[in-house]
Amino acid sequence: MSYTIQGRTGEWELVVGLEVHAQVISQAKLFSGAPTAFGAEPNSQVSFVDAAFPGMLPVLNRFCVEQAVRTGLGLQARINPVSRFDRKNYFYADLPPGYQISQYEHPIVGTGSIEIELADGSTREIGVTRLHLEQDAGKSIHDQHPTKSLIDLNRAGVALMEIVSEPDIRSPEEAGAYLRKLRSILRYLGTCDGNMEEGSMRADVNVSVRKHGEPYRTRCEVKNVNSVRFVMQAIEAEAARQVAVWEDGGAVMQETRLFDPGRGETRSMRSKEDAHDYRYFPDPDLPLLVLDEAWIETLRDSLPELPDAKKARFMQEYGLSAYDAGVLVAEQATALFYETVARGRDPKIAANWVTGDFFAALNRTGRGIEDPPVSAVALGQLLDLMADGTINGRIAKDVFEAMIETGKDPGAIVAEKGLRQVTDTGAIDAAVDAILAANADKVAEYRGGKDKLFGFFVGQTMKAMAGKGNPALINETLKRKLAG
Amino acid sequence: MLTDLTIEQARAGLRAGDFTAVELTMAHLHAIEVLNPRLNAYLDVRHDRALDQARAADAALAAGDARALTGIPLAIKDLFCTAGVRTTAGSKILEPFVPPYESTVTANLLRDGAVFLGKTNMDEFAMGSSNMTSAYGPVENPWKRRQDESAVLVPGGSSGGSAAAVAARLALGATGTDTGGSIRQPASFCGLVGVKPTYGRCSRWGVVAFASSLDHPGPFARTVRDGAILLGSMAGHDPKDSTSADVPVPDWEAACTRSVQGLRIGVPREYRMDGMPSEIDALWRQGLDWLRDAGAEIVEVSLPHTKYGLAAYYVVAPAEASSNLARYDGVRFGARTDGAELRDLYERTRANGFGSEVRRRIMIGTYVLSAGYYDAYYLRAQKVRALILQDFTEAFGRVDALLTPTAPSAAFGQGEKMDDPITMYLNDVFTVPANLAGVPGISVPAGLDPNGLPLGLQVLAKPFDEATMFTVAAALERAAGFDALPTLRAGGEG
Repeated sequence: MSYTIQGRTGEWELVVGLEVHAQVISQAKLFSGAPTAFGAEPNSQVSFVDAAFPGMLPVLNRFCVEQAVRTGLGLQARINPVSRFDRKNYFYADLPPGYQISQYEHPIVGTGSIEIELADGSTREIGVTRLHLEQDAGKSIHDQHPTKSLIDLNRAGVALMEIVSEPDIRSPEEAGAYLRKLRSILRYLGTCDGNMEEGSMRADVNVSVRKHGEPYRTRCEVKNVNSVRFVMQAIEAEAARQVAVWEDGGAVMQETRLFDPGRGETRSMRSKEDAHDYRYFPDPDLPLLVLDEAWIETLRDSLPELPDAKKARFMQEYGLSAYDAGVLVAEQATALFYETVARGRDPKIAANWVTGDFFAALNRTGRGIEDPPVSAVALGQLLDLMADGTINGRIAKDVFEAMIETGKDPGAIVAEKGLRQVTDTGAIDAAVDAILAANADKVAEYRGGKDKLFGFFVGQTMKAMAGKGNPALINETLKRKLAG
Repeated sequence: MLTDLTIEQARAGLRAGDFTAVELTMAHLHAIEVLNPRLNAYLDVRHDRALDQARAADAALAAGDARALTGIPLAIKDLFCTAGVRTTAGSKILEPFVPPYESTVTANLLRDGAVFLGKTNMDEFAMGSSNMTSAYGPVENPWKRRQDESAVLVPGGSSGGSAAAVAARLALGATGTDTGGSIRQPASFCGLVGVKPTYGRCSRWGVVAFASSLDHPGPFARTVRDGAILLGSMAGHDPKDSTSADVPVPDWEAACTRSVQGLRIGVPREYRMDGMPSEIDALWRQGLDWLRDAGAEIVEVSLPHTKYGLAAYYVVAPAEASSNLARYDGVRFGARTDGAELRDLYERTRANGFGSEVRRRIMIGTYVLSAGYYDAYYLRAQKVRALILQDFTEAFGRVDALLTPTAPSAAFGQGEKMDDPITMYLNDVFTVPANLAGVPGISVPAGLDPNGLPLGLQVLAKPFDEATMFTVAAALERAAGFDALPTLRAGGEG
């Protein structure tokens, strides 16, 4: 089912392309040796190059180039052996040289693609048009002084990758899936931390609408949206606005807009008429960037297993469903955690525990996969205790809770609390007999055909045995005795 | 007089103990005190600092630890950032600017023991051919017309202060920068040797940028050999400048003593311009005869795209300048004129801070890069530039060096050629192609015009073959025996 917007005049199709600015993970800025630590004192991470002092010159940080190439390879994209840095000229107080060094005509990475997965299990390829390297600007702060604006240049000159998609996205859900997948790939590669709250990943959203089968209509760009949720909301709001404009007999004007999450609407920032003329031209301070093919191949060979490959392997190797595999590979650390738990054990039970009780525990404790409340090794030990019959599944849940609380390993908890499963048939027989004797009326009903009461007897027996009874033996015993 | 020495002689004298670096520096500081108020060649004289450096040089000499330039007093164009010493680029907008860093070229000179006397006047942001665009007043050329000693002539530009200082014996040598002829043309006007090395030879780091792809730091000196000595210290790979070339610096002093026997010298026929003064054409022929007599072979060559060079230059240079000069916005350093809001601040700061020639070039540069004009101007100019480089590459396939005049005239009077900018721009017609192509060039004083004003000849060579350039230049120098002196000079009649 494709996504459509129902208007007065019929159905409208959505056309979306995303431009993502991803901050490159690097100790130093793109063209200066200045550090890039987040949250440092304002203007403490600024070199004379960043502040554009007279006579200062940019020197390309080769590590940032490597990060961009690795990202391009991760997006199955063409790596351009020759690319060029251009100047994008405009005046602003947080742009010290009066130009941003970017790659306009000749980006370092050409076309690639990202496969997205949708809630209904289907997948789609979204084209990547290009990836280029550029500098970030500084930060202007307008609300700290009644008449003055304050400028923090810590971010000025930090390396960004601008990753531009084709206008292949057809629904807010697809946009969200694209961003999450891109973020996942970047994090696997270690080229961007993908943290949208800290601004290390930001999206500009190009939105247009059209009737089915039409060519593209005029698009608007919604700038600087800083969460996946807001991107999805912004698309919906902007598409609805455009449908209304067209259906009221108007025409959508090409312009830059901002999304106001509070009001759930976009508003105009500047129109095409007063758009900047950036006067792009090749930066004469920087020679062409020429990449060695052999070096590119070395980088290709050293790429980690990426989410798509890992997911396929999890499905094949561990027999997991596409959904479970997808959930487990979204973060590299989660996948590693899972594989540690699953190694040498039943992979499906491992997946159930990781995606079930373990994820719930992460949520509840507010801790991340890097600092989990229960280690993968300990969770594995718990699974071993179930597998060898030491404890049953119900008790395992209690042990798991105790592991979170105490940090002790599951074997110690079982020993301390005497939770070892009872497999002594004599004890089970006795417990079942007592329950049946105490509930003669229910026994009669069961035997009269009320099968559902079986669960009641299981529960009562388990309760009487403080949860430690072997469930299979209890079932078997109950069946035998109730039939009798 | 100590101020009349060449660097080569001063170096020998210092090492022999004939005089001290302090004495040599004092002689220059004294001459500056006498003549600079009239010439306006120095914007800033660093008396105490120079003497400190001279004392350090004497200590090094005494310790037998002399380097290439130990104790040699130099003048520094005010486009080079000098740590703790105000650097204005000849502009009001940088009037309060004291850089906290030292440019690579001046740091190299200091490393080799040079003494810095002060910072020299220049056309604002190196935009000019007469030193008339300086925000700190024009520079007087120390040379006078025989028939009209009262006329005040320009020293050329943009490195006019450096040229006047070296000509008037107010320094043994100086740094300059050459974007379209800004070293070679003032060298020609002031009877000096001026060297524009290959693009990438001398680091641009710490040099206030005018047009990044055309800016070349280089030296002024009174002899070819002195030029070779200075360039030897200034040059070298600098990882802080991405356009700096990682190539070895050869022994250029040795190149000055080699013979031109067997070298092929090209004469580009397109440099023979209509309306060129006959004495310049005659001097050019004379130069070719000198080289032929010394054993070189003279070959006519063609550089067919020369006639588009000036037009291409006056598109590319302003384009880059319009972007390079955007940083002078009053926000972080330099002069600021406050405004009601940001845009107002920019407009007032830049309107007050930049002179008319700089404003003109920013406007031209902004225009040629604008949407809709980029292809017709900037892109086309870059294509012309590629063709000019191709002209040189083809010519250098047949010859080892080229000989041309340096400038189409001798020094002109202050106020002349000011009616329209184009007349002034025409001064660069012979020098601009080498900037567009990045090939090395040198101007050598070769004769006098009928007014007794110096005229230079230009030698151009293959990229990174400054050695051949120095060999040819030294041969011309020997043949010319140029020994005329400017009227205004230390110990002179002025």
